[in-house]
Amino acid sequence: MGKKKILSLAFLMLLLLSTALYGCSGGDSGSDGEGGDSESGGEKVLIFGRGGDSVSLDPISVTDGESFKVTKNIFDTLINFGEQDTEIEAGLASDWQAEEDGLTYTFQLQEGVTFHDGTDFNAEAVVANFDRWAAGDADQFPYYKSMFGGFGDEEEHVIESVEATGDYEVVIKLKRPQAPFLKNLAMSPFGIASPTAFEEAGESFGDNPVGTGPFQFVEWKRNDTVTIEKFDDYWVDGEPKLDQVVFRAIPDNSARLNALLSGEIDLADGITPSDSETIENEENLQLFERPSMNVGYLGLTTTREPFDDPKVRQAMNHAIDRQAIVDSFFEGRAEVAKNPMPPVISGYNDSIEGYEYDPEKAKELLAEAGLEDGFTMELWAMPVPRPYMPDGQKVAEAIQSDLGEVGITAEIVSYEWATYLEKAAAGEADAFLLGWTGDNGDADNFLYVLLDQDNIGSNNYTYYEKQELHDLLIEAQTEVDEDARNELYMQAQEIIHEDAPWVPLAHSTPLLAGGTNVIDFKAHPTGSDKLASVDLE
Amino acid sequence: MLHYIGQRLLQLIPVLLGMTFIVFMIIRAIPGDPAQVILGQQASEEAIKALRTSLGLDNPWYIQYFDYLKGLVTGDMGESLRTRSPVSEEIWPYLAATFELSLFAIIIAVVIGINAGIISAWFQNSWFDYLAMILALIGVSMPIFWLGLMNQWIFSIELGILPTTGRENVRDPIDNITNFYVLDTLIQGDFNQLATVLKHLVLPGTALATIPMAIIARMTRSSMLEVMRSDYVRTARAKGVKMFWVVYKHALKNAIIPVLTIIGLQMGLLLGGAILTETIFGWPGIGRYIYEAIGFRDYPVIQSGILVVAFIFVMINLIVDLLYGLVDPRIKYD
Repeated sequence: MGKKKILSLAFLMLLLLSTALYGCSGGDSGSDGEGGDSESGGEKVLIFGRGGDSVSLDPISVTDGESFKVTKNIFDTLINFGEQDTEIEAGLASDWQAEEDGLTYTFQLQEGVTFHDGTDFNAEAVVANFDRWAAGDADQFPYYKSMFGGFGDEEEHVIESVEATGDYEVVIKLKRPQAPFLKNLAMSPFGIASPTAFEEAGESFGDNPVGTGPFQFVEWKRNDTVTIEKFDDYWVDGEPKLDQVVFRAIPDNSARLNALLSGEIDLADGITPSDSETIENEENLQLFERPSMNVGYLGLTTTREPFDDPKVRQAMNHAIDRQAIVDSFFEGRAEVAKNPMPPVISGYNDSIEGYEYDPEKAKELLAEAGLEDGFTMELWAMPVPRPYMPDGQKVAEAIQSDLGEVGITAEIVSYEWATYLEKAAAGEADAFLLGWTGDNGDADNFLYVLLDQDNIGSNNYTYYEKQELHDLLIEAQTEVDEDARNELYMQAQEIIHEDAPWVPLAHSTPLLAGGTNVIDFKAHPTGSDKLASVDLE
Repeated sequence: MLHYIGQRLLQLIPVLLGMTFIVFMIIRAIPGDPAQVILGQQASEEAIKALRTSLGLDNPWYIQYFDYLKGLVTGDMGESLRTRSPVSEEIWPYLAATFELSLFAIIIAVVIGINAGIISAWFQNSWFDYLAMILALIGVSMPIFWLGLMNQWIFSIELGILPTTGRENVRDPIDNITNFYVLDTLIQGDFNQLATVLKHLVLPGTALATIPMAIIARMTRSSMLEVMRSDYVRTARAKGVKMFWVVYKHALKNAIIPVLTIIGLQMGLLLGGAILTETIFGWPGIGRYIYEAIGFRDYPVIQSGILVVAFIFVMINLIVDLLYGLVDPRIKYD
């Protein structure tokens, strides 16, 4: 008997509960202020919707953009990038001088700056940060290694010493000149952290970041939200204008757009080009274009037949109609690429004439290479949308049909993303779609990283090897004279153009959208935006 | 009864051990190097090598496996390769989020599904019966992501009554105590916040509930129809018992057992199958946690995540088996 009662009671409870829930949920429409208003309790809160969560908030320990988006606002760097470019400007260092040999840099620091935990910012703090980085390893601080060569006493470590020569003066000595040195310092990973905080927190510093930036860390709900709030003692007058910023992870692009349309978020990252029209037609929304600092390309693995023949690679370049690809799959929001790096990078060679779309010419070149009957190949298409390639599958289909015109049969292949990268890096692809977003706005970060023989097996997925190019790129790394350096990169691009290890496709313009109440938001080409001067109406 | 429960729990050990082994082998069989994925495209070869060594990925698989088992015995599920935090700590907020959502979904599915099934059987071949079964058919075949996005569009953008994504209004966040937000707001006695939390549950909850609701409705209907034709129901009706009591008391008791089985299975599926719902509704749950870990080849998270979900699945089945006895005292556990 008792059991029966329990059961019927349970059912009754369920019924009651469901009625109650229904009452709560449907009844009062939006009375808790969901959506629409950007202010709660008179505070200016900006909700930034993005595709993924951060990995860690200790900038030196990560390489992913979603982490830098947040740390950029918690930490300041010695040197800043320009508002919407990668020119260098004063940051925590108000001034600096470089000796002519390019080996010694003297930095004057801002005075009167404090970290969020009250620690004073001074020369000692800067030295402590460099000491911490140099004492790490490639696993802890991957970007330190790739930008400054190595750690501690290692031969490849480019930094000889970092010394405080006054309360607000730091001298950095290098072992050999490094042309992009200042640009490297401006990168998000090299945000200056509070020495008191990282010494105390140890490994958990990434969960409790403390910098001198415009916002201080409040809370992190993993895979959901990161909340930062205004730092009242920020050293730049009148900044930040917002009281709080919440970074919210909404992985699905359409759902993120829906959240923006319903007013739950104020800014949305990763807008698909095909949605740009919806946003432009919406009165309350505005579209932001991120200046392009990327390249999407079709890589041709130069160690595999028939792509070991430059003629075949040139033929591929002539066979593909890039303009049509940009028009159809980037909604025109991209520039057709002719070089391996975008025009915003200094050293860009604009005098190079891109390969024209010319199927006849392609057929001729194939005939010269002894392939008048064409050939069969695998065409790899990435499975995920990337900033430099919104839809790999569709682009691959377009390329497939272009290649069909000149007698090349391409079979489209795709792997899950991690597998794709690994197999491509191992040189297993005939031709593969891929791309790159610049780290520091330097030509070296494109040409050397992607096409130098030193990076075969790493980021040189085409296995392209050319001594002449290598010599130029190495020389450029230590050339401190900007003009001479640009000249070297110009030559390098000519060699690459001639050898055609890639079919460069496009420099895309990543899109963001926000409410019209968002003022002064400037999207930065590096992908991480400083929100100090952003305001809400 | 206690003996039976003990026996079932003991049986769990080889099942879960087998699970760990299978999952361990499968995720290592798929290509893709975690170090490469974690450091991303921009990483240098040396950095990748260093990371592999520090993650212990250089060791042979059996050493890695035994290290993993050794840890599990002491309650240590390893560290996430990506975030470097212990999985056993990291996993709870995600589990709580999924639990809350699944529980909400299963309540909707059970209450509406069972009642729709009963009424359909009661008024067999009526317009309600046809409508409910057509809806159930649509429910089973509707892709969740499409339904989810449509619901967002209708209820959030057009009507503006429900939020599109997330668990709370981030402009007015909830004080987090247990990670179960419904519980948290109840503890604090904040009914405005409770309403907000429930509102956030509605769209993902109904999206997740659609398929089990349809399946439960169909199962209840066919099971009820069978019971309604039996002699004891006819006797009860002949004795003049009101139809409502015949249906809800006499018939339901016998019809519910197969439905219980289905509910148990569906609950397990909910936990595992929440990935799409969680992705579309920006719900920080276990489905997305594991899914993203797969993308990053985050072995410890995948292993432990699947293990935890499997454990819950098995426990739910145990509970369902015990419920049989509660519903029908003739079922004995020996």
